[in-house]
This record gives sequence, structure tokens and C-alpha cells, in this order.
Amino acid sequence: MRICIPSKGPEPGDLVDERFGRAPYYVIFDAESGTTESYKNPAAEGMGGVGPRAAQFLLDKNVQVLVTARIGGNALGALKAGGITILLYDQAGSTVRDAIAAYKSGGLKEQ
Amino acid sequence: MIITVASGKGGTGKSMVAANLAWSLAASDPVTLVDCDVEEPNLHLFFPEARAVVTPVTIMVPDVDPDRCTLCGDCARFCAFGALVAAKDRVLFFPEHCHSCGGCTIACPVGAIAEIPRPIGTVTERAITTSFRLVTGTLNEGEVLAVKVIQKAKDAAGSAAWVILDASPGTSCPVVETLQGSDVCILVTESTPFGLHDLALAYDVTSQMGIPSGVVINRSDGKDEAALRFCKEKKIPVLAVIPFERKIAEIQGSGDLISRRDPVWKERFRAIGGACRALWEGA
Repeated sequence: MRICIPSKGPEPGDLVDERFGRAPYYVIFDAESGTTESYKNPAAEGMGGVGPRAAQFLLDKNVQVLVTARIGGNALGALKAGGITILLYDQAGSTVRDAIAAYKSGGLKEQ
Repeated sequence: MIITVASGKGGTGKSMVAANLAWSLAASDPVTLVDCDVEEPNLHLFFPEARAVVTPVTIMVPDVDPDRCTLCGDCARFCAFGALVAAKDRVLFFPEHCHSCGGCTIACPVGAIAEIPRPIGTVTERAITTSFRLVTGTLNEGEVLAVKVIQKAKDAAGSAAWVILDASPGTSCPVVETLQGSDVCILVTESTPFGLHDLALAYDVTSQMGIPSGVVINRSDGKDEAALRFCKEKKIPVLAVIPFERKIAEIQGSGDLISRRDPVWKERFRAIGGACRALWEGA
């Protein structure tokens, strides 16, 4: 299972970003291997359509679960059509590591 | 010749100047007035009797053939506006994001994308008199491609002795699109700090585009020193000063034109047209 967390920086110790499409980084956690990889969000600075573009990026990276504070309608539709599960996690000031822990402990609400 | 009426600031009286100018010139010459303020066109309100002929404005958007599509995602990665997403079993299309560039049809390696028309607005034509036509561009609610509707409205205007384009306020793409190809620009301002501030912005646009401009000061209370100083500094001719007068406000407020009601104003607006022609010939 590959889980994506939108973040302000590339490291697991960096803060989560509450925005999905305009988050500067995506950290992807691989639940099987326990490793993380991170990517700069190519759509973050876009004029428009950042939600669908970010969704396409996650689909291309074979992400199965997105853990985010909030998400726009177009991105939500695109991710769902791509079979990605969206889990809501809204804890201001928490890190990517905290978000991964919250995912592992279960109980995050599905959007 | 083609004259754009612009302002920078909203509410200075662009439409009032454009409509009166067009009406006055049409007394002797063929005139086409074009409402390029496509997000809120209102020039037709001056001519409620005229019959409207409406033509839809469409843009070409992608139509993905699911039988040919391999879901490779090349179209979605190409699209700079996020209008396409290649999902698990189909390509999703977000029409309001599409800028109709046609790039996805080229990016598709298997030729699965055709283009189909999608309506985004209308162009409405009205014959006001035998020598006076009004063309109105209207952008549908929720749409963003104002520029495409402006292009179509200008196309529909064709060529008349006088083509007068009423721009939207501001200095962004719709205004630039309206100005494109104009011989002269009339900048309408008012003698307030706000009017002057935005006049300077609008003048920046016209001078960068190389379009000679003249200024009309509207609703003047006689204290126009700052605006006049700006015009003198930049060597912009002041084409007219329209006073802040109750009678003018009443006529305008009732949906009428001062040039239609008062032959003196008709002559004044015809003189503005003449000054524009002189500006163009002198450029």
C-alpha cells in the first residue's frame, strides 16, 4: 500500500500541508517496505487546474491512499475515479510522521 | 477606423462615451458598436427596441474515444490547465479548465482524441438604424474564456467606417484582446485619485501596445488639475471634458443618450470622433 501525505517539505519530519493541490511536496510512504520517498508537486504553482494535475501525478506514482486535511471537488472526483482512497487528517502543526502514525493506527475518516 | 473605449477604473463612463460616440457618428457614417465587456455587457439597454439575433460562441474541446484510448495519460500530463485526468478505467475531462489549445489531440499517441464544440457564450447582433449596428459579446456564467468571446464579437463587427469597441474595466487579458488591432484608444477617466491611478495603468497598456490614445474626463467638477497634469506630462490629448451635471445624469439614468436628446452633445461627440481620426492620421 502506497500512502501519500501532502507536505511543506520533503522530509518525514516536515509539516503536513493542509492543501492538497497546492502543497509544495508529496511524501509517499510504502507500508510494505516502511520506506518513504518524496516529490516536489509539479502543479503547486500552476494558475489553475492544480487539483486534477496533482491527482494525475499521484495516479502516475501508483498511490492508493491520500491522507489530507481537505480536498477540492475536481481533485476528489479524479482521485476516486483513479481508485485512490481519501482519508481525512486535520491536525494543525503535525508532521508527516504524525500523519503516517495516524494512518497506521486506523480510524481516519474516509472522504 | 477602429476606436477602443477603455478606462482602467470601472464606472468612469466608458459605455456612456462609447454609445454616445457611436450614435452621433452614425448620423452620417456607417457605425458598428461592439460591447466587449462580455462578463457584463449592457450597451443594448440604450436600444431596447432593436431586435436581437443571437449566435452561439463555441470552443473546441477534447472528446476521448474510450475504445481507442489506452489510458497512457500523455494527454493529461500535457495539459497545463488540469483539464484531463487519466483515471483507472477512463479519462476524466473538466471542461471549465480547458483553454481549447488542441494540444491533447496532438499528444495522444493513438489518435483517440477528437475535438467537439462546447458553447461558452453568445454574440448578439442588433440593427439599431440602417447605418448603426450593435454587436454584443456575452460570456456564459461560470466560464472563464472571455477572450474567445471578445474575438468572436470583433469578428462579427466586420468593417464599418467606424468600429467602436467598448472594453471592460481593468488592464488584463480581455482589455488587451479588445485593444488588439485598434487605431486609437479613448481613455475615460474621472478626476478622483482612483480615476487617475487607473488611468495611468490603462495608459501603460495602450502605450506599450503602440496605440495612440486620448483622454475624456467625465463627471468633471471643474477641478481636473491632476488629470490634466498627467495628460500634459505624457502628451496625451484631452478630447473632451464632460461636466458633472444633473441633466446629464438624469438622461443617462433613464437609459437614454445625451447625444440622442440634445443636438449640442451630438456635435460634441462627433468632434471627439474627429479628434480620434486626427490622432490616428497623426500617428
